[in-house]
Amino acid sequence: MSELLKIDNITVSYGAIKALKGISLSVNVGQIVTLIGANGAGKSTTLRTISGLLKPQEGKVYFEGRDISGVKPHLIVQTGISQAPEGRGIFANLSVEDNLEMGAYTRHDTEEIKKDKEEVFQLFPILKERRKQEGGTLSGGEQQMLTISRALMARPKLLLLDEPSLGLAPQIIKQIFKVISAINKKGTTILLVEQNANMALHIAHNAYVLETGKIVLSGNAQSLLTNPDVKKAYLGE
Amino acid sequence: MTPHSIFRQIILFIAICLILFIFNIVTPYVLNAYLCMIVIYCGINIILGTSLNIINGLTGQFSMGHAGFMAVGAYASAACSYYYLSPLLNSLSTSSFITLLVQQFFLVIALIVGGGAAALFGYLVGLPSLKLRGDYLGIVTLGFGEIIRVTILNMDSLGGARGFTGIPAWSNFFWIYFFVVAVVMTSFRLMRSYHGRALLSIREDEIAAESIGINITGHKVRAFVFSSFFAGIAGGLFAHFIGYLNPSSFTFIKSFEAIIIVVLGGMGSISGSIIAAIITTILPEALRPLQEITKLDFRMVIYPLLLLTLMLTRPQGLFGNKEISFSFLKRKKSK
Repeated sequence: MSELLKIDNITVSYGAIKALKGISLSVNVGQIVTLIGANGAGKSTTLRTISGLLKPQEGKVYFEGRDISGVKPHLIVQTGISQAPEGRGIFANLSVEDNLEMGAYTRHDTEEIKKDKEEVFQLFPILKERRKQEGGTLSGGEQQMLTISRALMARPKLLLLDEPSLGLAPQIIKQIFKVISAINKKGTTILLVEQNANMALHIAHNAYVLETGKIVLSGNAQSLLTNPDVKKAYLGE
Repeated sequence: MTPHSIFRQIILFIAICLILFIFNIVTPYVLNAYLCMIVIYCGINIILGTSLNIINGLTGQFSMGHAGFMAVGAYASAACSYYYLSPLLNSLSTSSFITLLVQQFFLVIALIVGGGAAALFGYLVGLPSLKLRGDYLGIVTLGFGEIIRVTILNMDSLGGARGFTGIPAWSNFFWIYFFVVAVVMTSFRLMRSYHGRALLSIREDEIAAESIGINITGHKVRAFVFSSFFAGIAGGLFAHFIGYLNPSSFTFIKSFEAIIIVVLGGMGSISGSIIAAIITTILPEALRPLQEITKLDFRMVIYPLLLLTLMLTRPQGLFGNKEISFSFLKRKKSK
């Protein structure tokens, strides 16, 4: 299996506070890799570094073998990484359809964009029903669906998902995770950042456990599910 | 663009020019000098409001230094025509008709110099400061506006505190409304373009905009430069209309007037900015008789009270983010 994303020993600080103290991870083509950990462990910081919003002080980020550390965010999107930002960053005053079209901002193939839009509507039929509605009027779950869909519209090779379960009802979380699995089966590689370790480990291939800026555990998702330390700390068993 | 549509654009352009030209000749006969002046000020405020709407309304960046850019444009174009173009015009001894034509041509040059200077300043101020968000940008631009004013106040070649006198009064109804049409049409085009949608998404959510691959700083700077250019044009038209400039015309109060126009009309609504510009220009004048009756300047009490009432009852502004639609005209045409 070929490596799509490789993070090599990156250090990121906010001022004097070190958020990431030298972490390394890799994502292979076709996988779902999840990054789990508590609040403040550095999960979102890792994603923000990959998408170019933050610059690593040390270490490098490689995408398809190319060094992308320190490249501007809008150029990183063009290389094939797109992110569904945390907290459902949708365009509240634009319609659902416009939101999706904005997701394809870097693309110019109108016909293909239309096709992708239909495909997204198949994944989340509720969005089709609400296509003319303003994004801000959607429920929390629908907004999360829209954020994921918008990120998909860029036709990414790697999709970064930042806490898709945040503040949602268990039923909705289940539905969203099903779709994440489906997206992956269609061929999109996914890096999933989650606090809901149980859900994330169930759909992921590989997993990394992050604790205060360091990776403390990594390996096959199935084996982490049965790992006693993980069980105790994150699964509450 | 097909040749047919280019042809239509040219026809439209000529038609607009012709209409403006007719108005230019007719207005002085129909309206007295005072009303004429109000109409002119309406035009200048429309340019000012619509251009600020691009950055404050459409892109959602809070700029509070629009008067600064207007001042740069006003003084740059005034200096250009006072020191270079006006002597050149006087040295040409031709018939009065040709002088008139050359004078109008020179006015356009002076305006472009003014607009260009303002755009350059917009770029210089925008590039470092547009990385700031919200109120911080407001403070930076507010500071910039004051720096410009104080600098001009201390420049003797521009008249300093005495004011800049002797600017040729070349501008007229035609050119002011020509640029009104220009700024309104380019704003509409911009809003519906690919670039305009990027600006809109920056207003909605910067992080989301960045995550879908929009170069937010680049787009913001371009919007800022564009907006400053038209503010500079407004300044140039103003300078060449009254023939006298004083730094006290460009205090931060002028910037706030422009902000009021944008907020009153509805952030991002071009038609809103136009209507609000007209209201804010006419209202203080319409309240003038009140001052004569009461012998006190109640205008500045009633005017803010009206704004307050409006903001409380309609916080999204007169138009929200809607536009006056002319689609009903188009439907008739196609039948």
